[in-house]
Amino acid sequence: MTGAHPLLSVRDLTKSYGTRRGCADVAFDLWPGEVMGIVGESGSGKSTLLGCLAGHIPPDTGRVVFDTRAEGPRDVLAMAEPERRMLARTDWAFVHQNPRDGLRMGVSAGGNVGERLMAVGARHYGQIRAQAVDWLGRVEIAADRIDDKPRQFSGGMQQRLQIARNLVTGPRLVFMDEPTGGLDVSVQARLLDLLRGLVRQMGLSAVIVTHDLAVVRLLADRLMVMKDGLVVEQGLTDQVLDDPQHPYTQLLVSSVLQA
Amino acid sequence: MSDYNFAYLDEATKRMIRRAILKAVAVPGYQVPFASREMPMPYGWGTGGVQLTAACLTPEDRLKVIDQGADDTTNAVSIRKFFQRTAGVAVTERTREATIIQTRHRIPEAPLTEGQILVYQVPIPEPLRFLEPRETETRRMHALAEYGLMHVKLYEDIARNGEIATAYAYPVKVQGRYVMDPSPIPKFDNPKLSDCAALQLFGAGREQRIYALPPHTQVVSLDFDDHPFVAAKAPHACDLCGDAASYLDEVITDDAGGRMFVCSDTDHCATHRATGHAGRLGGTEGAAA
Amino acid sequence: MTGAAMIVVRDVAKRFTLHNQGGAVLEVMAAASLRVGPGECVGLVGASGAGKSTLMRMIWGNYRIDAGSIRVAGVELAGAEPRQVIALRRATLGHVSQFLRVVPRVPALDVVAEPLLSLGMDQDRARAQAAALLARLNIPERLWPLSPTTFSGGEQQRVNIARGFVHPWPVLLLDEPTASLDAANREVVLSLIEEARTRGAAILGIFHDEAARARVCTRLVDVSGFAVAA
Repeated sequence: MTGAHPLLSVRDLTKSYGTRRGCADVAFDLWPGEVMGIVGESGSGKSTLLGCLAGHIPPDTGRVVFDTRAEGPRDVLAMAEPERRMLARTDWAFVHQNPRDGLRMGVSAGGNVGERLMAVGARHYGQIRAQAVDWLGRVEIAADRIDDKPRQFSGGMQQRLQIARNLVTGPRLVFMDEPTGGLDVSVQARLLDLLRGLVRQMGLSAVIVTHDLAVVRLLADRLMVMKDGLVVEQGLTDQVLDDPQHPYTQLLVSSVLQA
Repeated sequence: MSDYNFAYLDEATKRMIRRAILKAVAVPGYQVPFASREMPMPYGWGTGGVQLTAACLTPEDRLKVIDQGADDTTNAVSIRKFFQRTAGVAVTERTREATIIQTRHRIPEAPLTEGQILVYQVPIPEPLRFLEPRETETRRMHALAEYGLMHVKLYEDIARNGEIATAYAYPVKVQGRYVMDPSPIPKFDNPKLSDCAALQLFGAGREQRIYALPPHTQVVSLDFDDHPFVAAKAPHACDLCGDAASYLDEVITDDAGGRMFVCSDTDHCATHRATGHAGRLGGTEGAAA
Repeated sequence: MTGAAMIVVRDVAKRFTLHNQGGAVLEVMAAASLRVGPGECVGLVGASGAGKSTLMRMIWGNYRIDAGSIRVAGVELAGAEPRQVIALRRATLGHVSQFLRVVPRVPALDVVAEPLLSLGMDQDRARAQAAALLARLNIPERLWPLSPTTFSGGEQQRVNIARGFVHPWPVLLLDEPTASLDAANREVVLSLIEEARTRGAAILGIFHDEAARARVCTRLVDVSGFAVAA
């Protein structure tokens, strides 16, 4: 499961908004097949960090080195924009909290799934459609919904469609921003199970931002806790949750309501 | 002549437009922004095309104006009169005799020749607009040649209709680089865009964009391997001139289902009839004309 | 015993600092040492609160090791990278906890098969092995497609045990595996433990059931000696 290099190697990542700290001095290595959770309250800098990692927000300083298929480790921040965008639609994926941000609501489910394929040069309608059907099946959307628009789907289905749209090109690294936020508890569970299965089958690595400790316990191998833009604790997920060391982590864990 | 400056626009404006044209010619298919002027006609009536024509006209030019292929429709007649009054140039309805042809929604049937300029009126220049509403994003997509979205549009077409149902404004790729909206010409005309001997200029007045195809530019209509591009037309011959190869308009002749098909290019039809050809109804119509 | 021991605990200390309770520091363990070799089943004994569970959790990796060393199959757990612990748990270190923690709505059959799937076994084979074990533990077949979150306590515990024995882990941690089981199922679990021991697994367990302890354990370690005097 583990290669010679970390899949993603982050050092000294800092982003400020004027005098306000977004995130500072973040460093970690993510290895192939690892799922890392980032938790913290609103404003802790976890979304800023995710944005910096995924190339949506330019950080002030730091390195984000990705182990590319063709050329090995490369600093993503030093890449030219076309190259970074190509990476973003082939080897990377980004699952937004709100499916509206990650889907084309006016395009059919099949077109949404097929877009990444067409973006990398697929030009055979029949094959694109066959792959779309296959992926809809994998995220438990019936094949006869392929020509329906996402706005005709429930929230959970939209989120599953967004996942299919992202994973169709077989990425190696997936960024997720509160993937189960805003969904009913029962729908969340189904989505979590789906994500776990896909991560395992495809050997995906993932960085998941959430404020939900139950989600990271079930999905993440390791955990990073952020407060005021700083990483206050990181480690194996169940170690951080069962034996928290930092005062803030202890507060966070003890604040969870027991169902 | 008249109190207007030659061809209505002032010289500084014409120079500004010519600069934009030069840039457009240098980067085929790229949409060059320009400071579109208020013209004495409403947007949607060809203000972009009129400004291009004004910037290109010289007193020696012979102008032809067509709307949907016809020289005698309101829009064509108005624009032709506009330049007769403001520039005093000669006008013609004959494609072969014209040096500048301003068109809305058609490319003439007669092959264009070196030295001619074809000016298109364009309502919406951005081919990606209906899929990606953000101008910042579409510009970046052009800059990085990220055109997967264009095929999504064609995919949706096939998914909904079983075939690529886009019949006009069919997107093309220019010289292997920029994806371009050829203006709402029927896709039947798309093959004529490529390797054309004339200079083709596209003007969108409201959207303030100019783009161009210099002579003999390679233009390819987008398609799928298993759904190739087809330049379709109504499967009939012209009822007036009998030509089976020209693009046809369907004309309803009564309220009992009567209809006829006629060449949309009026000059082509007249020229064809003048050389002795006749269609199904050609005898009577020809006699009346 | 020799260097082939699968679990080696040496001079391990553990304290908890409760930052949100005035920074109180609880010293719970000092100088804990033990070894478990292949084919051994070592039972931890000692009064409640003596630190049996704490020691088990440090070996499982979800409690940090503040001082000393714990090696499982040669891997040092003190200061280990998450991925080292995860790799260890995937292939080498099995665990039967007292509580089942699963994604709701996942069928019991898949809960049990999951460790095999993450080792790369194909789904049909993994499910067949999971099914065999669930049958042996007397979970009615009609419950297999249902989520264990809806099961009774005893049924949940048996699903948990099935998950803990579905792969022949060389090292096994058992936390009260026979609690809340009826006589028949207790018997099944004890024979599973015996079979694991016979195949050479190194087993460390907490058994409050004295008869069970007497039957499966080859040796006992009293953790009272590791506790820090208050």
